[in-house]
Amino acid sequence: MTESSAITPEQVEHLASLSRIAMSEDELKSLAGDLTTILGNVARVNEVAGDDVPATSHPIPLTNVMRPDVVGPTLSSEQALAAAPAAADDKFLVPQILGEE
Amino acid sequence: MKYEDAIKKYDPVIGIEVHVELGTATKMFDAAPNTFGGGPNTNITPTSLGLPGSLPVVNEKGVEYAIKIGLALGCEIAETCRFARKNYFYPDVPKDFQTSQSDEPIAAEGQVEVELSDGTLVTVPVERAHMEEDAGKNTHVGGATGRIHGADHSLVDYNRAGVPLVEIVTHPITGTGERAAEVAAAYVRTLRDIFRALDVSEARMEQGNVRADVNVSLRESPDAPLGTRTETKNVNSFRSIERAVRFEIARQATLLEAGEKIVQETRHFHEESGETSSGRPKSDADDYRYFPEPDLVPLQPSREWVDRLRETLPELPAQKRRRLLAEWKFSDLEMRDIVNAGLLEAIEDTVTAGAKPSAARKWWTGEVARLANQEDRHPTEIVTPAQVAGLVDLIGQGKLNDKLAKEVLSGVVAGEGEPAEVMDARGLEIVEDTGALEAAVEEAIAANPDVVEKIKGGKMQAIGALMGPIMKATRGQADAGKAKELILAKIGV
Repeated sequence: MTESSAITPEQVEHLASLSRIAMSEDELKSLAGDLTTILGNVARVNEVAGDDVPATSHPIPLTNVMRPDVVGPTLSSEQALAAAPAAADDKFLVPQILGEE
Repeated sequence: MKYEDAIKKYDPVIGIEVHVELGTATKMFDAAPNTFGGGPNTNITPTSLGLPGSLPVVNEKGVEYAIKIGLALGCEIAETCRFARKNYFYPDVPKDFQTSQSDEPIAAEGQVEVELSDGTLVTVPVERAHMEEDAGKNTHVGGATGRIHGADHSLVDYNRAGVPLVEIVTHPITGTGERAAEVAAAYVRTLRDIFRALDVSEARMEQGNVRADVNVSLRESPDAPLGTRTETKNVNSFRSIERAVRFEIARQATLLEAGEKIVQETRHFHEESGETSSGRPKSDADDYRYFPEPDLVPLQPSREWVDRLRETLPELPAQKRRRLLAEWKFSDLEMRDIVNAGLLEAIEDTVTAGAKPSAARKWWTGEVARLANQEDRHPTEIVTPAQVAGLVDLIGQGKLNDKLAKEVLSGVVAGEGEPAEVMDARGLEIVEDTGALEAAVEEAIAANPDVVEKIKGGKMQAIGALMGPIMKATRGQADAGKAKELILAKIGV
């Protein structure tokens, strides 16, 4: 991993906002350093993986796991809402959604 | 700036994303029923809700439908593809991500031939078609208009969460100029017809089975680089698509004329005003932090499967139109009128039921359309193809003439029964009373010596002048063909 691909505190801040995680300046700085180190270590894989090694998303050599299009058991709305912090009219009640339509 | 002026000055480029809900029995990744309606939060499983420990499994039928759509659009079907997580926080996605496909869609690089209302053909390039799942439905409570602003809270129903979708994305569509808005609407209509022909979706726009996002940008000339685009989301009727594109082109041109910049953003279309309004700034694709869905293994549709599906593809609407045009020997204009009036299927079924194409066309586009129009309904809602074929058959047998057939038709529309029943009940069948007809013919000849002279002189169309009195004398029940034969025989031509 080259110097230019080091993770900056600004990138961490952006990522934190996308992830809805509040972070202090200090946390952003230290996490930027940690992430740079982690990514640097992971990037060493590039040194051993040649062009003949395809990108791997799944370690298990399985493909085409599918099910027939047949209806199975469902939850009732009572069951579905049992663990919801709030509900009304058989629906999940969530706080006001801000900032977008 | 008006649309008409905007397109003279700028070159519009459009791009369209169409989402279609597949008509499978179950959802894409779990066995909850995929049905419209039902009580809130009843068509769900733990997987629909993304509860801890639940695992998705791909619906084979959903993949089959996606491959069929890809093939119908002339796409390459991927030998291997993956699902990916598209991460964002919004309460309509219970997992905080949408299972979609990112850089490895199931189908890529195709095209759709779109026919405009005047018969002009436009080829729309398709970049990709990928599989994903629908989101749940939010209801905003407390605001005056049911929109987010001013709402106190939102209620979420996850019945729709996980319903299989295929999203079809075009490449930038260039070169459409003043017809950009028309092309956009015609493209989505063509896709709708294809989905129906493939039987992969009910494809009802009004139920949200098919939804379109339209991207619009303007540039100074066709050689200039693409301008900044806006994306108008969820435009859900053909007319709205056309209006939204027109509005955006005019709005952007006005801004550019004033030296302002176009903001890259999503916009909302308002049905009442025909205008769009600013939504949120468009997220960078990177912000969705796509990564391969670890819970779903790669999909590698076998070439045998793909070939088998290719063989079962039905005749697509455009091919069908070309075939029927050749078989029926209609003019291009006649064919277009039929298609635009939504009567192609009805006429095809009427022909299948035994009617001649010309007769089927004549009745559907003529008297049936007229009666339907009076009631503000579609012709196919007031009679069936079998009934029109029955009517045409009675005319062919000589039992009805056109005038009487219209009476029978109005009886059929009024629910009095099938054409033959209405004819019998109302006593409209032409009576084979040659004596009465002969008398009427002789009378007409005697009363119109000048017309007879013309006919003798070779002016056959003059016969028409004799038909009026003959019809009057027989109270409209004379068979015009027989009357004509008799006239010629009596005159001795």
